[in-house]
Amino acid sequence: MRKMLIIGATSDIAQATVRLWAKAGDSLVLVARNPEKLNILQADLKARGAPVVETITADLNDFDRHEAIIQTAITKLGELDGVLVAHGILPDQKQCENDYSACEAVFRTNFLSVVSLLTPLANYFEAKRQGVIAVISSVAGDRGRRVNYIYGASKGGLNTYLEGLRYRLAPAGVTVLTIKPGFVDTAMTAHRKPKGFLFAAPETVAKDIDRAIRTKKGTLYTPWFWWWILLVVRHTPEFILKKINV
Amino acid sequence: MTYHSWGRFPPVTQQRYYPVRSQVDPVDWESIAGTVLPYGLGRSYGDSCLNEGGTLLLTTPLDHYLLFDAEQGILRCEAGVSLAEILEQIVPHGWFLPVTPGTKFVTLGGAIANDVHGKNHHRAGTFGRYVRQLELLRSDGSRWVCSPEHHPALFRATIGGLGLTGLILWAEITLKPIYSPQIEMESIKFRHLDEFFDLSAESDRDFEYTVAWVDCLSSGNSLGRGIFMRGNHSHEPAPLITRQKPKLRMPGNAPNMLLNPITIKAFNFVYYHKQRQRVKPKTTHYEPFFFPLDAVNQWNRIYGKRGFLQYQFVVPDDDPQVITGIFKRVAASGQGSFLAVLKTFGDVPPAGMMSFPQQGITLALDFPIRRNLFDLLDQIDDIIRAHHGAVYPAKDARMSATNFQAFYPQWEDFATHIDPKFSSSFWRRVTK
Ligand SMILES: Cc1cc2nc3c(=O)[nH]c(=O)nc-3n(C[C@H](O)[C@H](O)[C@H](O)COP(=O)(O)OP(=O)(O)OC[C@H]3O[C@@H](n4cnc5c(N)ncnc54)[C@H](O)[C@@H]3O)c2cc1C
Ligand SMILES: NC(=O)c1ccc[n+]([C@@H]2O[C@H](COP(=O)([O-])OP(=O)(O)OC[C@H]3O[C@@H](n4cnc5c(N)ncnc54)[C@H](OP(=O)(O)O)[C@@H]3O)[C@@H](O)[C@H]2O)c1
Repeated sequence: MRKMLIIGATSDIAQATVRLWAKAGDSLVLVARNPEKLNILQADLKARGAPVVETITADLNDFDRHEAIIQTAITKLGELDGVLVAHGILPDQKQCENDYSACEAVFRTNFLSVVSLLTPLANYFEAKRQGVIAVISSVAGDRGRRVNYIYGASKGGLNTYLEGLRYRLAPAGVTVLTIKPGFVDTAMTAHRKPKGFLFAAPETVAKDIDRAIRTKKGTLYTPWFWWWILLVVRHTPEFILKKINV
Repeated sequence: MTYHSWGRFPPVTQQRYYPVRSQVDPVDWESIAGTVLPYGLGRSYGDSCLNEGGTLLLTTPLDHYLLFDAEQGILRCEAGVSLAEILEQIVPHGWFLPVTPGTKFVTLGGAIANDVHGKNHHRAGTFGRYVRQLELLRSDGSRWVCSPEHHPALFRATIGGLGLTGLILWAEITLKPIYSPQIEMESIKFRHLDEFFDLSAESDRDFEYTVAWVDCLSSGNSLGRGIFMRGNHSHEPAPLITRQKPKLRMPGNAPNMLLNPITIKAFNFVYYHKQRQRVKPKTTHYEPFFFPLDAVNQWNRIYGKRGFLQYQFVVPDDDPQVITGIFKRVAASGQGSFLAVLKTFGDVPPAGMMSFPQQGITLALDFPIRRNLFDLLDQIDDIIRAHHGAVYPAKDARMSATNFQAFYPQWEDFATHIDPKFSSSFWRRVTK
């Protein structure tokens, strides 16, 4: 029975994951920006067996509130055993190429807001000398691609940040998990049609995340075959990537 | 990906899909040209869950529980939650569905929109009787919380409303208490239909669940032989466990010829003779009792690419000869039916305006799509109509508009409740 904080809790991947935790009897604090979705999720998790489900409504682009959100979350459950950070946006790449402010919005939501939230959280877990920090990044952060390098850069920055944090917190016994999903059939990819065989269900990804957290893994590619795909992609020479339109 | 109905007939070519991802801002109506129809798990056989040329509103993402009162046995959840998931949720707490169709892979919304029935119809009536309230979204953006007290006309039109009155967002149902997941059942062989009627009359009193399987290919003396199954929830307290996922899966479409008159006859013969003694008592988990077919994923593919049809009707039970006559016709036509299921419906009043069940005898037959099949079914339709019965829309892909309108003379009243943006392949076919 853990005490878990979920940031960006109404994300489809987060919802599927946190349902597993509700069933396991964990106590939960949920942070998300839409109060109606948050209420529905709260009711759902209670019905599925979570003994305590608290909610905090917040737009995570409002950095000034981050410290207070973390404090409130800790107060609501008494302490925390772990956090899952799930919020993120997938921008229109073409728009980003012509508009710096669109790029900045991506970096703020996908990267900087996570750094801002994890600054107090890392210190909290480090002092507690236990805990898990799990963050949903993306396979898109492993390599720049012409079709989505702004999103990719936001996730790439996140990966490097989390890697460093992992080394820093290891001596304190705190795990930092970087979650790299491939394509997942969620609200974020709703515009992508048709959904090819590479698309995974959020429930599949959720099971992998749950297992990786329990086994204190550092990096997770999910579903598993993305590890192999990215192995090839990371070793593809630049002259090839310049020629093909991916 | 194309969404079919369970019978994979009729084929669909021009259909668009709109997943309803949340109860919050569920549908952007402006973005959808043409008509819409909700689609749950597509366990309807024919074209009542299809909207050729229009859009299907996919409801399975609506999968949240909203309230589970384990003391009172009340469950409120979103319309895309399946009965399979509901059982996983409630059985461990000592509750069961008040009415269960022959598969658990249907959504709550689908169960309401067809006002489904189960093996306990003679006692419990249809699913809709246990709906305490539901919320309906109309295409003008308005939302209606309907119940027997609030907006009762819209409520009754929505139960059995074939998805045409709007999108059900959530519903609240009353559950039934159990002490054990086990069913105490008996299988009894009967040699002909008269025996079936006797067994039925005798069993409906003492057994909550009754149903019979009939060998409809045998003729002459053994015409109408079969196995009658009856059962009750066990009152012996036992651990409240649900079973896990199906183990088998149809690997692909079977060749069209797999189910031919000879194999079907052989199957029916073996099934009948497998049971040696006349009465066989047994205690079994509820899964194989209620959902025998769910053990094989996508079993509908056994019928091959051409697809199949289920044909289910009800006729008043004052004249058993009607059923016998229909069996004779089916046997004579050589159109093999793999599954023939016979049951008596009770006199519990229908919950919805367009509900299919009425007091009488119901028979469900599975047919692979073949030449001359529709002629046979048209003839049977006429018999049913002459005897004031009805055919089940959830399983239909072919009944004529004239017959539909005779079976459901209230259809024009019902039509006044239809949302103007909602339509289905079925509805266009039977009202043209
Ligand atoms: C093996 C098997 C056994 C069966 N046994 C029985 C039985 O014993 N008794 C019985 O009555 N039926 C039985 N059926 C039929 C089945 O129960 C019904 O067709 C049921 O309605 C299917 O539910 P679904 O979720 O798959 O809905 P779909 O087939 O996808 O849709 C059915 C109808 O519901 C509407 N609908 C779905 N969701 C909503 C919503 N949210 N709001 C409004 N309308 C909605 C659709 O528009 C459509 O009209 C059986 C089917 C199979 C395959
Ligand atoms: N889907 C994929 O293919 C895929 C692949 C790789 C990685 N990922 C990553 O997985 C994570 C979860 O995404 P998902 O696929 O589950 O999609 P999703 O359902 O769209 O989840 C994204 C969530 O982020 C929230 N969010 C965005 N901006 C926010 C803000 N400013 N304040 C608060 N919340 C905000 C959204 O809130 P609302 O619910 O209010 O909109 C939404 O719940 C994301 O980090 C995404 O980058 C997804």
